[in-house]
Amino acid sequence: MGVSRRHLLASTAFWLVGGLSARAAIIADRLPWAPNAGSPPVPVKPGPWLFFTGPEGRAVEAIADRIIPADPQTPGGKDAGCAVFIDRQMAGPYGRQDGLYTKPPFLKGTPQQGLQSEAGPAQQYREGLSALDRYCRSKYSNRAFAELADVDKDEVLSGLEHGKVKLEGTDGAAFFEQMITDVKEGFFADPIYGGNRDMVAWRMIGYPGARYNYLDWVHRHNERFPLPPVSIAGRADWTPKSR
Amino acid sequence: MAHKLPKKDVVIIGLGWTGSIMAHELTDEGLDVIAIERGPWRDAPTQYPPNYAQDELRYRIRHELFLRPEQTTFTFRNKMDQTALPIRTWGSFMPPNGVGGGGVHWNAETWRFLPSDFVLKTHLTQRYGASFLPEDMTIQDWGVTYDDLEPHYDTFEYLCGTSGTAGNLRGKIQEGGNPFEGSRSRPYPTPAQAQPFSHTLFGKAARELGYKPFPQPSGNLSKAYTNPLGVRLGPCTYCGFCEWFGCGNYSKASPQTTILPVLVRKSNFTARDNSEVTRINIDRSGKRATGVTFVDTAGEEWEQPADLVILSAFTVFNVQLLLLSKIGEPYDPVANKGVIGRNFTHQTISTVNGFFDNKKFNFNPFIASGSIGMCIDEFNGDNFDHGPHGFVGGGYMGQVQTNGRPIQTTPVPPGTPTWGAAWKAAVRDNYLSSVVPGTGVHGSFYSYRDVYLDLDPTYRDRFGRPLMRITMDFHDNEIKQNAFLTDRFAEIIKAMGANQVAKVYRKAPYDATQYQTTHVCGGAIMGADRPTSAVNRYLQSWDVPNLFVTGASAYPQNAGYNPTGTLCALAYWSAAAIRNQYLKNPGPLVDA
Repeated sequence: MGVSRRHLLASTAFWLVGGLSARAAIIADRLPWAPNAGSPPVPVKPGPWLFFTGPEGRAVEAIADRIIPADPQTPGGKDAGCAVFIDRQMAGPYGRQDGLYTKPPFLKGTPQQGLQSEAGPAQQYREGLSALDRYCRSKYSNRAFAELADVDKDEVLSGLEHGKVKLEGTDGAAFFEQMITDVKEGFFADPIYGGNRDMVAWRMIGYPGARYNYLDWVHRHNERFPLPPVSIAGRADWTPKSR
Repeated sequence: MAHKLPKKDVVIIGLGWTGSIMAHELTDEGLDVIAIERGPWRDAPTQYPPNYAQDELRYRIRHELFLRPEQTTFTFRNKMDQTALPIRTWGSFMPPNGVGGGGVHWNAETWRFLPSDFVLKTHLTQRYGASFLPEDMTIQDWGVTYDDLEPHYDTFEYLCGTSGTAGNLRGKIQEGGNPFEGSRSRPYPTPAQAQPFSHTLFGKAARELGYKPFPQPSGNLSKAYTNPLGVRLGPCTYCGFCEWFGCGNYSKASPQTTILPVLVRKSNFTARDNSEVTRINIDRSGKRATGVTFVDTAGEEWEQPADLVILSAFTVFNVQLLLLSKIGEPYDPVANKGVIGRNFTHQTISTVNGFFDNKKFNFNPFIASGSIGMCIDEFNGDNFDHGPHGFVGGGYMGQVQTNGRPIQTTPVPPGTPTWGAAWKAAVRDNYLSSVVPGTGVHGSFYSYRDVYLDLDPTYRDRFGRPLMRITMDFHDNEIKQNAFLTDRFAEIIKAMGANQVAKVYRKAPYDATQYQTTHVCGGAIMGADRPTSAVNRYLQSWDVPNLFVTGASAYPQNAGYNPTGTLCALAYWSAAAIRNQYLKNPGPLVDA
């Protein structure tokens, strides 16, 4: 279950844009501009989990599908790719807390002082999902979260949210908060990051996506914007079908 | 051992808005200037072109264009008896990093402060009596007046091409503008931006309630503009990716789009990026700066000698460099002595979200700019009688919604569950028909004896230097101010036709995890005398006369407006004093 070298290189390249490893330069006489320089985002690749184990992935898919259930018009969190989004995020710089201040001491503070955790989100998922599995198996006849009935899944999640379900060795409420944030981010972020598949979330709300020019529409008050959404990577129907 | 570089006339620490202005003004004077910038060079084609600048996850949620906390951060506590802990990821404000500074990621709201804001202590004391002010409030006059700054506000607005409607032209009140603003010598260089539906509706509702709404002054331009330096900006396209994002259109005023293309081509200007100044060097007398020491990303240490040092980093880093370089007396809140770190402030922000009938209202919230919106100024500064209310200060308020980016701007009515089918349906049903002003109430934050900056005793940066420690909480005066303003704001949102309004008051304790604005101010404040200020009315250090400190660190307290217009006007004011007075006779411009 290692992070592929290719993915690591891609995510590293993404991270270096504003990071510490950029080389110091002397700027004089001209703007330091080079043709074709750029730092486009690297779309995630479909395929097996990069961070989650199989059981972890199934649990996160099941959680995503309860946080955002499917309805007749719009898929739920699982089919929208929210678990894939979280998997790729956990395998990348965000999961590792790259760029954050991680020096000790780690003391317990007030809520207003923010998270004081040595463990990054990736470690939090690993420990939280493990503790959630133990909780579900002990309470629901040795069944994993993904195997529970929807009503039981909701009972567990609601219990975590309100601090009524305690997870062994993990702050269940904080873990729930992290998951709900990540699932929603995956649902609404650009599809290049693995969630919001086919821009389902954007279609659902009427958000036209990565457009950049509404000059023609700023004066058109109270009219529905007519164009469908577009991703940073374009749209499926822009790609010619192979003959 | 540091490598010693050839001496320059001027070294500038930080190449953001004020560093760029200072560099441009002082190179015009013929001086040889070097600017040293901690972060990277930034430009649109490389880092935020219009084909991928509109990425909410990358730029807003993951903070692509900002300082990395691992490089340096702050510690934070509400009260002096608490232990400050590090801000490990950005929350209530987000320090910029890189060439252009905050000018890259700002919303470009380009306000002037009120004339009374600059003489605040005197004005309030005369109108209400000294006993009207809370005992621990430490507000003071700036030592500079609106009339001193007016020509420099004008210069900055014409540099940027600011779009707006004048409200007071040479003393004459103008229809459609802000009638409370100070007298301006010229109209805005470009007309106000077009207003989308919800912003227009707010203006109409406010007018019907008897207020005088006006378009927010905007550095996102209504039309193409060529500034006095010959640099051209394009018209804003209302893309809805402004604050926290760079502009891929060259439509947002920033050093990149107004000054740098000219500055970089001057033979007497050089910049170094990815190089962090670690201290200002002082000679044995303690009264003269000899230059700066900086470290590049390869870990090499360099010394840059110079005759004149301009400290123009972000507010908190200005204060940190003064303390680490042992310039000025550190503030001691217990003894109420010293000045460096004193009168640290932020902004008192709140909002009211409005939920409308989705069969009648379609706001297309994604059509917006960073400084779009209709505002009213009836409740700012001392524009209204505070006597009955028992607080001082105020702010502008308006429908200033900048975006409909779906990770952050998918509001649901109060009482909706936070997840599940009901949440999903509420998101779907409300996205196009809700009003989410964001910083809709933009209140002042006055200064107090126990809100300040000093060096943290425990936590250190990657060089082993102490982090800055922020001790900050809201006081009753600001909480009362906010409650009053938020209630007035809600009345207007309701009058727009909202079925439901959700008031989001600002409450104590100050929360370092909730984004408010990046308008942290003070800590190296300007003033009329040495015991109560770090720099004089020209931003010149009282202790080291060949050091000038620019930026919002000079604000004795923060007013109910966005700070950038004023801090850039102050930079031009200071540059004029250097050019016209200091260079002829280097030494203190004001007798201590």
